[in-house]
Amino acid sequence: MLRILYFARLRETFCLSFEEIPSESINTVSDLKFMLAQRGGVWSRELASDRAVRVAVNQEMAHDGDVIREGDEIALFPPVTGG
Amino acid sequence: MYIIVQENDFDIDSEITRLYQGNPAIGAVASFVGLVRAEADNPVNALTLEHYPGMTQKSLESIANEALDRFNIMDVTIIHRTGFLIPGDRIVLVITAGGHREQSFLACEFIMDYLKTSAPFWKKETSPTGSHWVEAQKKDDVAFSRWGDDNMKNLKRDFKA
Repeated sequence: MLRILYFARLRETFCLSFEEIPSESINTVSDLKFMLAQRGGVWSRELASDRAVRVAVNQEMAHDGDVIREGDEIALFPPVTGG
Repeated sequence: MYIIVQENDFDIDSEITRLYQGNPAIGAVASFVGLVRAEADNPVNALTLEHYPGMTQKSLESIANEALDRFNIMDVTIIHRTGFLIPGDRIVLVITAGGHREQSFLACEFIMDYLKTSAPFWKKETSPTGSHWVEAQKKDDVAFSRWGDDNMKNLKRDFKA
């Protein structure tokens, strides 16, 4: 399983802060984004290519081509605005 | 190195003293304090700061370590608040301590530029017209890019190398 976390605008829009999904057929960050966008509605809108979505794999910033492995914690969130 | 994410406020004077006390080689301490701002065209009543608890501490530690590697400084403090804040409240404190002022100033700016673009915090503003998530600003990416890094992954790569 993969542990998926959502923060800030994405958490509110998806009405979801956390879920677990099977890791089969998800090999990279872009595979995961594509699979989530397939849910349609707010998912396809928020994960469309013109929206900036950042991804962290096991608490480190990641890019679309980065590999995802069974048991990973993956967080999706908008560009950060701290400080 | 003292890095903490907390809801409570902090005392600037005691944090500065804590950082340089006991190290007579420190001759220059620089600090930055970020505050909740309300402006005429954006009359913010309140700010809620969300963060990614599992990642924030790690992320701030790697930024501080990167600053210690790149600049001739001896110690760093970063305190970042989360939760409910109002205009005038302190959000973040960065303190850098070194032998001379130039490196302390530079390291302090570097830490803020990295924090603004890579530490997982998000601000939600509440004003008389409603609430909205603050959008990331292009000028923060520009400020970040002057340190010669193409993207956030460089931080990870430099740190591991």
